[in-house]
Amino acid sequence: MASQPEIEPLDSSTALPIHIGGLTKTYGDLYALDSVDLEIKSGEFLTLLGPSGSGKTTLLMAIAGFNRPDSGSIRFGEAEMILTPPHRREVGMVFQSYALFPHMSVAENIAFPLKLRGIGTEECAERVAEALATVQLSDLGERGIDQLSGGQKQRVALARAFVFRPRILLMDEPLSALDKKLREQMQIELKHLHRQLGVTTVYVTHDQREALTMSDRIAVINRGKLAQVDTPEAIYNHPANSFVADFIGESTMLPLTRGESGQLCFRNHLITANPANDTADNWLLVIRPERLFITEEDKEDLEQTIVFEGMVQESVFQGETAFALIAIDDQYNLSVRFGTGSTSQKNAMRPGDRVSVGLHREDVVIIPWDC
Amino acid sequence: MNHVVNMSDATPQSLHVAELKVREVRDQWTLLSLATPAILIIVLVILVPVGWLFYLSFVGSDGQPSLEHYRKMIEYKSYARVFMTTFQVSILTTLICILIGYPLAYFLALLPKRWTGIFMLAVLLPFWTSLLVRTYAWLVLLQKNGLVNEFAIHIGLWDSPVKLVHNMTGTLIGMAHIMLPFLVLPLYGSMKKIDRDLMYAAANLGASPIKAFWQVYFPLSLSGMVAGSLIVFVLCLGFYVTPAVLGGGRVVMVATQITAILENQFNWGAASALGVVLLVATLIVLYVAARLFKFDAALFGKN
Repeated sequence: MASQPEIEPLDSSTALPIHIGGLTKTYGDLYALDSVDLEIKSGEFLTLLGPSGSGKTTLLMAIAGFNRPDSGSIRFGEAEMILTPPHRREVGMVFQSYALFPHMSVAENIAFPLKLRGIGTEECAERVAEALATVQLSDLGERGIDQLSGGQKQRVALARAFVFRPRILLMDEPLSALDKKLREQMQIELKHLHRQLGVTTVYVTHDQREALTMSDRIAVINRGKLAQVDTPEAIYNHPANSFVADFIGESTMLPLTRGESGQLCFRNHLITANPANDTADNWLLVIRPERLFITEEDKEDLEQTIVFEGMVQESVFQGETAFALIAIDDQYNLSVRFGTGSTSQKNAMRPGDRVSVGLHREDVVIIPWDC
Repeated sequence: MNHVVNMSDATPQSLHVAELKVREVRDQWTLLSLATPAILIIVLVILVPVGWLFYLSFVGSDGQPSLEHYRKMIEYKSYARVFMTTFQVSILTTLICILIGYPLAYFLALLPKRWTGIFMLAVLLPFWTSLLVRTYAWLVLLQKNGLVNEFAIHIGLWDSPVKLVHNMTGTLIGMAHIMLPFLVLPLYGSMKKIDRDLMYAAANLGASPIKAFWQVYFPLSLSGMVAGSLIVFVLCLGFYVTPAVLGGGRVVMVATQITAILENQFNWGAASALGVVLLVATLIVLYVAARLFKFDAALFGKN
């Protein structure tokens, strides 16, 4: 990627922030978007993450202007866009299906938005060449669309979306059709390109790992509502509710009971003596599998560590990590994930073994139980 | 340790070769046998009569091989007129079908799924009614005191009955009606295949709806339109019933002329020669269209 020509980045004053206010879209009785408020900062990479049917694509399509919300406001910078037809919104978009015009060559596809803007043949050719170089496809300008591989189509779609220098770039699951290796490579390239272009980017995916990899901030969306909007680290380490905890990464959730003096416990383990806020009656303990470790009870300082006793149900090798399911009573299992290095003492774990599992108190995350 | 699989006797390449080949060949023959009835019918019903026709056209009235039928066709102006009329009617009908059919197909392609069925039914309905019935229905509607004339006079479009039938107008109306589905169906098919995202992409890149239509939608629907137009055009070339009934003897096309020759002169040779020329003309049109639109694909089912 070092050989890539640096294209002129937009300065932050030309990238546009997006303000979304009270955006509602219904399909019959179904609220696809339920009064969504979202501020997308100028130049940031924001990912809309949610399961299928959560409303993430509906929100993206509303920003692009392809569907008509029932009510609300979408502003690009200061300009209200809700009534502006899509062809006057000046946003670039990469479609899940790529949506490359099959009757045009690669170069013609990329030149399409430039010609519509009345840019002269010479400058047009220059900018197409520049865009092709940026996505590393310089030699393929004359190719037909059906002669391209999936990854190449992806790059052409990308080049076509930014070649007319939009100040906002939208991407609708652009990598979902690629195989895993290529997808991971493209994630890094997209991230790099975003840094180069400096354009405000809204990215839709249902793949939480992709969201964590690429985003400045993630907006987790569920049933037409925003469940949490924050940085990847904050979303992963401090999920705001059980939906986010469940959807992002793997987690085990244990219901907590309140002791006499307000402390929260699971069975006979004290989880936290004074919960930070008292907004909810019921709380869940969220445990990430990789934060657990195999230990021995008498080795740990119980001030620092919570130790669960359990029996190994299943233990599987998955390459870079291994995974075990450990029953701590007849109702709850803990998922434990650990490295597979040769020194790992857990390699010998067999179903039926009794083990102790430790969790550092600083890794304790509790969330309100919204059932 | 177990990375070498032992093959005790035979080398891997030679195992079951003959038996597998036999089964492969047997599968191919089974498949072919399914097509046998159709192939037989084509040979018996099409190739043999057409071959006979071809042969007859080169036999003179004295029973000797001769080109007299073809020479007559060049000598007599009436033949040229018949061919002119045939091509004129075919081209006009095709154009009318495109003008009416394109918006109709576009409308059908954009309809929500649950409505498509009903409107498609309306397009297909004529297929289920006898050609003759539909043609005579037009005769009734278009005649001097027919529904169309009375209605037009009633709302003041024209003052006295206009001659709508037994002429070119009537022929074109009837032909266009009958041919419309042949254009709409392939066109609808190609429009349905146009990804909705392509139109979104065009809009997103800055194309107004009109520009998006002409630069993206229309070029992509062209293959269906050319396929439909060719079907209509070729069907028109050999059409008999509608021009005969609605043309009232004034619109003489090749098929009508062939009937006339057979009924009046019982001249198989002359009729055959006309048929051969029509067949050759049709093939030339198809060939030129295929070259012009790079269109062998849609005609022969390639993608």
